[in-house]
Amino acid sequence: MARVIESGARAAIASAASAAAGRLRALAFDKRMAAALFAALALLPLVSPLVGGGYLLHIGERVLIFAIAALSLELLIGAGGLVSFGHAAFLGIGAYAAGIAASHGLGTLAVALPAALAASAAFALVTGAIAVRTHGVYFIMITLAFGQMAFFVAASLAPYGGDDGLSLPGRTLVLGTRVLENRIVFFYVTLALAAASWLLVSRLVASRFGRVLRGLTDSETRMQALGFAPYRYRLTAYVIAGTLCGLAGFLLGNQAEFVSPAYMHWQRSGELIVMVLLGGTGTLYGPVLGALALMVLEEGLARLTEHWKAILGPLLVLVVLFTRGGIAGAIEAWRRRTTTFPELLADLQGRGRAALARAEQAAMEATAAAIGCGRRAEAGLGAAWLRWRAALRPRLEPLATLAARSARSADGIVRGAAKACVRAESLLGTMNRDVAALAGSARRHLSAGLGRCSQTWHGGLRPRLAGLARLAGRGIARMAARAVPWRVALHRALKSAAGLAGRSLSSALARWRRR
Amino acid sequence: MSTSLVIVQLFNGLQLGILLFLVAGGLTLVFGVMDFVNLAHGVQYMLGAYLSVTLYQLTGSALLGLVLALPASMLLGLALEWAVFRHLYQRHHLEQVLATFGVILFLNEGVKIVWGAAPLDMPTPDLLSGSVPLMDGLRYPVYRFAIIGAGLLVAAGLYLFVRYTRIGMLVRAGATNAAMVSALGVDIRRLFTIVFGFGAMLAGFAGAMVAPILSVEPGMGDQILILAFVVIVIGGIGSVRGAFVAALLVGVIDTLGRSFMTDILRIFLTPSTARTIGPALASMTMYLLMAVVLAVRPAGLFPARGRG
Repeated sequence: MARVIESGARAAIASAASAAAGRLRALAFDKRMAAALFAALALLPLVSPLVGGGYLLHIGERVLIFAIAALSLELLIGAGGLVSFGHAAFLGIGAYAAGIAASHGLGTLAVALPAALAASAAFALVTGAIAVRTHGVYFIMITLAFGQMAFFVAASLAPYGGDDGLSLPGRTLVLGTRVLENRIVFFYVTLALAAASWLLVSRLVASRFGRVLRGLTDSETRMQALGFAPYRYRLTAYVIAGTLCGLAGFLLGNQAEFVSPAYMHWQRSGELIVMVLLGGTGTLYGPVLGALALMVLEEGLARLTEHWKAILGPLLVLVVLFTRGGIAGAIEAWRRRTTTFPELLADLQGRGRAALARAEQAAMEATAAAIGCGRRAEAGLGAAWLRWRAALRPRLEPLATLAARSARSADGIVRGAAKACVRAESLLGTMNRDVAALAGSARRHLSAGLGRCSQTWHGGLRPRLAGLARLAGRGIARMAARAVPWRVALHRALKSAAGLAGRSLSSALARWRRR
Repeated sequence: MSTSLVIVQLFNGLQLGILLFLVAGGLTLVFGVMDFVNLAHGVQYMLGAYLSVTLYQLTGSALLGLVLALPASMLLGLALEWAVFRHLYQRHHLEQVLATFGVILFLNEGVKIVWGAAPLDMPTPDLLSGSVPLMDGLRYPVYRFAIIGAGLLVAAGLYLFVRYTRIGMLVRAGATNAAMVSALGVDIRRLFTIVFGFGAMLAGFAGAMVAPILSVEPGMGDQILILAFVVIVIGGIGSVRGAFVAALLVGVIDTLGRSFMTDILRIFLTPSTARTIGPALASMTMYLLMAVVLAVRPAGLFPARGRG
């Protein structure tokens, strides 16, 4: 049975590969790369028996499973700008759903797969409802914390192995058969699911939903002004990504036939981010390429040395420091360098045509929407008129009369105010006059005082002082005529005379000032 | 659930909270001032523990090992800053996460290469060994009290430093608007380096303090890093005060939850169910706390000024 399937599958692959190669050239570069990657991986079962037995197939399966997880994370990081550092939790939840279902003898596709998807969706909904409220670093840390929470819960699930994990009794049954146990079948199922995931994510990113998500990453304010609720879109994206990653977890649990809390370890979440960034965020073949690159790198380094993480770590730092946009970014740059002018022109023409078609489509949609809007507006207007007639008018009319009345009374108030203004003005006039009169009399009083002062000086003080001075002068002359011993007396007399004069002068001045 | 057990667990919770604060304080400062997500902060905690063990083996004195681990972990932090982190300040958070993740992988593995994967032992310093009686028949180790005391001292010192020194002022200003501080003629790179070295030293101090009571092993930093993240998310990113309050809250709630959740559940449920659900629920308590805080205040308990 298995051999029949195997040979049949091989023949199918060979014919499919030749057919696919022909169609590849017709696609855009992004899609061409993804198709090429999947096609290359599809050839793996043909090559695998030649090189190292089933080992290559085993790696291929893991690459595809992690490609699904990385694609789901790319939906969050690339389109939604939401850097989830707890994405491995979904991987674990999907795997545990498969494991727990199997351990209870319910390991059929009809039970285990819906359980895995529903459990991851529910976990995404609950944690996302809180996490998506936040931004930037908060989001990184909160998703990390929730991932850790899932890890510890899994580690304390004693009935399901706790820390040690849980061995599955077998892979999930499909319609009662153990068809998934066949490695080739399982590989192609995984491949098909990975391709379907890629298609789903690329459709999502290109859809209106994806555009809104990218718009939110670009400018949340603008999108809000356009009427989009950021929270709902982000939460939806988070739930979709979580569910998709749950699918990857379901496959991972089946592939290893073993589940353990290690699937949810935060370093696993880190590895998922590494895959997305290493491959190149912003493209959809990037995550697939990143999963491939990281897996191959890990396997290669692990063969080289037991301490492969000591090499991988610095490698990551170097990738961050020296590359922009990961492997896809490097390919993009290389393509830009090597493209010739006619190729560029053809590419541009093709893209232009596609854009034109899309624009036409959008214009048609917009026209239809506008017509709908117009119709709705008309209907709304009619309804508004009716409502006006029925309910608003009777209520508004008394309001209008009330308003008129209050306007009249306001008029009265204004008139009264004007009168008060006039009265105040006249009051101000009389006050001004009084102030002027007061100032005049003060001035008169002041000048009269000054006059009296100068009269006293000229009439009384000055002649008296002059007389004294004369007397003193005479005294001085007389003294000078006398002998030397009189000098002292002379000095004293002079001093006292001067003192007297000064004192009387100052007292006169003081008196004048007092006046 | 006796009273003495509750008291002992309260002290244990306080001690865990203090350790969390030492790690989260540095993390939140680095993030607040530099807008830099440093996942490798937990690794610096681990290195602090390893350095103290090595220095103890070299000097023969546990106390000397603890004290010398401070400058050593600061130097290591500065070396890391110079070699890697300095080039990441201008980058997107996503790239910072990735690069520091690489640093974690490298250092965790490097520690395994240098010291081996087996846990190391570190004795308590003679000065701080022994225990003190709390009440009848209840003794509590001096060393754990020393951790609580040292942590409170560091918290007070940090508060005074940030509040009253010139560098503290620049740190606060940098947390509000780094570009403006730079425009005013402050060498912002040097400020970053100082803050980073200081944060690394705090993490190293926490690691060195905890070395005698926990096993020193590779990956010991990852656990506390995530706890520290929870703490600074609850406290408000960039706020030292928030980190302090949230660290004590998380420490006490987590410890009490782990000790008594099963007993509490036994009141409502059958013993076997309680034994199954208890540990799972206990490991969730602090995340539930975080979820509740974030649902009420999306920017944490004490949002730092100048950011949303």
